[in-house]
Amino acid sequence: MRGATTARTMLAPVALGVVAIALWQLLVVAFEVKPFLVPSPSDIAGAFTESFSHIVDAAKVTGLNALIGLVMGALTGIIVAIFANALRVMSQMLAPLVAALAVIPIVALAPVFYAMFGAAAHTGRQIIAAIAVFVPMYLNTLNGLRQVEPVHRDLMRSYAATAEQANRLLLLPGAVPYVLNGLKIGSSLAVISALIAEYFGGPANGLGKAITSAAAGSNYTGAWAYVLGAVLLGALFYGVTAGIEAWALRRRGGS
Amino acid sequence: MSATRAAVTISGVDKVFRTRKGGEVHALSDVSLEVAAGEFVSLIGPSGCGKSTLMRLVADLDGVTGGEISVFGKSVEQARKDQDYGIAFQQAGLLPWRTVRANIELPLEIHGVEARARKERSDELLALIGLEDFADHHPDQLSGGMKQRVAIARSMAERPRLLLMDEPFGALDEMTREHMQNELVALCQETGAAVIFVTHSIPEAVFLSDRVVVMSPRPGRITDIIDLSFSSRDEELREDAAFYEGVTAVRSALHGGVADGPRGVENR
Ligand SMILES: Nc1ncnc2c1ncn2[C@@H]1O[C@H](COP(=O)(O)OP(=O)(O)OP(=O)(O)O)[C@@H](O)[C@H]1O
Ligand SMILES: [Mg+2]
Repeated sequence: MRGATTARTMLAPVALGVVAIALWQLLVVAFEVKPFLVPSPSDIAGAFTESFSHIVDAAKVTGLNALIGLVMGALTGIIVAIFANALRVMSQMLAPLVAALAVIPIVALAPVFYAMFGAAAHTGRQIIAAIAVFVPMYLNTLNGLRQVEPVHRDLMRSYAATAEQANRLLLLPGAVPYVLNGLKIGSSLAVISALIAEYFGGPANGLGKAITSAAAGSNYTGAWAYVLGAVLLGALFYGVTAGIEAWALRRRGGS
Repeated sequence: MSATRAAVTISGVDKVFRTRKGGEVHALSDVSLEVAAGEFVSLIGPSGCGKSTLMRLVADLDGVTGGEISVFGKSVEQARKDQDYGIAFQQAGLLPWRTVRANIELPLEIHGVEARARKERSDELLALIGLEDFADHHPDQLSGGMKQRVAIARSMAERPRLLLMDEPFGALDEMTREHMQNELVALCQETGAAVIFVTHSIPEAVFLSDRVVVMSPRPGRITDIIDLSFSSRDEELREDAAFYEGVTAVRSALHGGVADGPRGVENR
């Protein structure tokens, strides 16, 4: 039953995608749209297979930056949320800062980081991805830590549990669904931030830089092939984190 | 009675809650009660008369406004830190991500009992509540009655000398409820623990208790204490004339205590 349901929920978006691509191809061919406006899907697919190994190499560079940013941002977000939950003052002090981080486009800081860490280092991109991930991670974890039921709080007090024990045995396990949801949201942000940060300079071997240089060299179909690579990279990050979430929630036996 | 013989001594306790709007709720007024070691005492009374509040004060989950409570001759805070009591709430309050076994072992784990000893104890308790086959299930796979049994096993995990139970059977159907009452009687006989048991059911209070404490609201206070000295508590007692006398005595104490008749008390 579950297999059939999964197949059906997968089928609808796939079918929609196939129809959309077919329509796109049809329109481009029928109206002879210029490649610098929109290349046809078949041309993009051709360019994608042609420079496949280069796209994979570039995706590895961008993907590694995104992954490092994701891990750093996630860990910082969780740890800061634990302290903010324990100390009310701290969460109050952090609230405006987090709000600012949420509305400022962090990638705009890329030139500053390149100046700080040197144009040859990936550090700035990783930090940008980490900051972007930190925000949903912090907010989701803090929200999760605050979902404790009063009866569980009483129980921990009756056991004279230490703050560390209450965090480890009650608050954090209770926050797991929220943390994993934050991680899922953060995973896409990490890829997007790492990619866009490349537009502002730094080492030139990532996907973002490949898109801008192909476009600058009027190789529009090539640029779209790299965009396709970026989409697949984002989908990979999202798919893996969503998979982890689904697996963990099934394993913990509902809630 | 010497001080060390008493499990709980409550003397002249007042509890006033301050609400956020600046109002005051006088939840308990001049409540005094002594529970002997190994004694089973039920608290009964209409909704809002302060039964849960009194239990929370003994458990040191809330502080008194006036008066004093000691548990085994110690302050409530010290007794809580020494793990002198086990507690079961109206909601089972199991941790949903832990298995039945891990839930029962939670207090042992917190107090540093090693894995093998934990497993031995949880095996014993699982057998006691008849849920051996559900050790590795998660709470969402259990019925309400089963969850409540797990919560009771958890409250007994550390063999406390005092059990605090706030309507632990409130959510159960009559059949399961009587079954659980029989189990509780057996468990108490085995462990010799003193019990403070909150309930809304008169027959339940009479069946289980050595003494039934009748309370009335606004402000919450003790209006009557009824002694019951049954020689044994088994299925036959439920049909016994002495049992019905006890029920009648508690019921009339409840009616006498409140001018406009008790509310929230099941006369079943
Ligand atoms: N934290 C609190 N803040 C303010 N008022 C409270 C608080 N806890 C209890 N009260 C009040 O104290 C009184 C006694 O409450 P309590 O929960 O002890 O009653 P109870 O006898 O257990 O009732 P029930 O049978 O419905 O469980 C009530 O009037 C209640 O509104
Ligand atoms: Mg209550």
